[in-house]
Amino acid sequence: MEPLRIHQGLVCPLDRSNVDTDQIIPKQFLKRIERSGFGQFLFYNWRFDDDGNPRPDFPLNAPEYNGASILVAGENFGCGSSREHAPWAIQDFGFKIIIAPSYADIFKNNCVKNGILAIQATEEQVQTILKKAETTEGYSLTVNLEEQVVSDNEGFDIHFDIAPYPKEMLLNGWDEIGVTLKYEDKIKEYEQAHA
Amino acid sequence: MQPKNIIQKIWEQHVVHQEEGKPDLLYIDLHLVHEVTSPQAFEGLRLNGRKVRRPDLTYATMDHNVPTRERNIINDPISKKQIDTLGENCQEFGVTLADINHPDNGIVHVIGPELGLTQPGKTIVCGDSHTSTHGAFGALAFGIGTSEVEHVLATQTLWQAKPKTLNIKVNGKLGTGVTAKDLILAIIAKFGVKFGTGHVIEYTGEAIREMTMEERMTVCNMSIEGGARAGLISPDETTVEYLRGRKYVPQGEAFEESAARWKALASDDGAAYDMVLEIDASEVEPQVTWGTNPGMCIPVTANVPSPENTEKSSEKDEIKRALEYMGLEAGQPITSVKIDNVFIGSCTNSRLSDLQKAAEVIRGKQVAPSVKAIVVPGSFSVKLAAEKEGLDQVFKDAGFEWRESGCSMCLGMNDDIIPSGERCASTSNRNFEGRQGKGARTHLVSPEMAAAAAIAGHFVDVRKFTAQEVM
Repeated sequence: MEPLRIHQGLVCPLDRSNVDTDQIIPKQFLKRIERSGFGQFLFYNWRFDDDGNPRPDFPLNAPEYNGASILVAGENFGCGSSREHAPWAIQDFGFKIIIAPSYADIFKNNCVKNGILAIQATEEQVQTILKKAETTEGYSLTVNLEEQVVSDNEGFDIHFDIAPYPKEMLLNGWDEIGVTLKYEDKIKEYEQAHA
Repeated sequence: MQPKNIIQKIWEQHVVHQEEGKPDLLYIDLHLVHEVTSPQAFEGLRLNGRKVRRPDLTYATMDHNVPTRERNIINDPISKKQIDTLGENCQEFGVTLADINHPDNGIVHVIGPELGLTQPGKTIVCGDSHTSTHGAFGALAFGIGTSEVEHVLATQTLWQAKPKTLNIKVNGKLGTGVTAKDLILAIIAKFGVKFGTGHVIEYTGEAIREMTMEERMTVCNMSIEGGARAGLISPDETTVEYLRGRKYVPQGEAFEESAARWKALASDDGAAYDMVLEIDASEVEPQVTWGTNPGMCIPVTANVPSPENTEKSSEKDEIKRALEYMGLEAGQPITSVKIDNVFIGSCTNSRLSDLQKAAEVIRGKQVAPSVKAIVVPGSFSVKLAAEKEGLDQVFKDAGFEWRESGCSMCLGMNDDIIPSGERCASTSNRNFEGRQGKGARTHLVSPEMAAAAAIAGHFVDVRKFTAQEVM
């Protein structure tokens, strides 16, 4: 996993609440046995019409958001199915950071495991970013994970909270299994006590 | 000693390691595996030269892609590849597998309890959000992503931040014709699709105590639709009697010892919770979802809501979008909505009692000519038990298709898909856009309500359902 410290990128607004993982990646694309290549299917039913043509009114299709790496959305993002194909698709499409007022628990966990930072901002802060992204050409944000700060070059500057453990994982890009296997003795001890 | 709730008790019993600034390292007692969320996890093990630490605590089944007409004819080569890959992985890593033709095969959340793999006090995970189902037994059961599947395969543990606890008190009794499904839908309609975020729910109260294990499973199954990590119910005599004699539970004297231990896990009187919510069971009516998430749900006696009824503009937009997707008019009675399909099945409502109750509603009646209706039992074992009682004949006589078991039309990863624009009364758990097929319109209901709708051709209040009123 790639470490994530400071990231600057173009912002893509997705002003919808309760975006479920069935929308992020529909079920017909869950059959692959690989981890890669899911980006082409991201938001498939919202991005493409019945004939497979891009819907021009969907933000991810808009030329001004082409190359965006920060996705900003409404509350309860990633609800529903536990499918990790959702963060895989988001990442493969090019997003490194998500900003929303709240997330579903499993989705948020899945993001950390893949080096995606899911920032929880207030409803008001998210609305501000959404508005700026919709009205300012080339609107980009700088995210400093170490300092836990999101800022733009127009004076917007907010602090966000993140628990120490996911922060450490993201900053270092650690392989979690490798970390856990250092506790092998403890696991063995537990197993012996509960045999 | 300070009284504890069952969530705290199970948690404390499973902590392998605890340190400041870190989540707890939690031991996992049972890891259920299916074909969709596991291939990349096994591949990860292979790439790193790792083994499955405890194959004896790991159990795999095939359910999501399984065809329900001819089990062994998988037309989609990618589905077939996924099924075959699980078979190969289980063989390579020594994991027990109930494959497509195994008598123990079925939907992962149906067979776990059926086989007695699911037991009170266990920590249970699966790469599937509806793992919360197993909480009905007083287990701490939650869905995980594929990276965590790999982590559990390799270490039999997970790093987990201690969840907050939430007591949902269900006071009073459910009325006649009102089911466990209606209760959980009503809870989500009342408190929203994210009230449970960060929490594990314990369902308590008279209505819960009176439920059978299958009804409790239906309630716990949909905890995730309210955003909760897990939902559980303290074990009692009902739990113990359900498990007695099942394949993987201790037998004889050892069972009695386990039973005593299980019952001691029940929340202590006076145990505290981070949050308490209450609902009056006697006020719950049969429910029908009208929109595109499970919280968009109304009693069958109500009308489809209007965006004008809410003040928040984001909610207005959400309602408008949902009405448009669902092809509904604000204010129309939900009973005026005609349906094209009926699906009785899924890990929410595909157990024997679900099929028995649906069969009672349709016995001697005919599915409306415009409706295509299917029944998909949750497992081989459910199918056989139902056939032994002649339920298959009741369904077939009424014009239902009687299928093989699997996840089927709940999410349409096999061939069971609702065509775009068509409407389905479904006993499953999610009415998200495109869930049952691109453009498909899903209405979540109980098996009884689905059965009644199949006969009537539109939603009807199952409490008043008679042949005369349908005409």
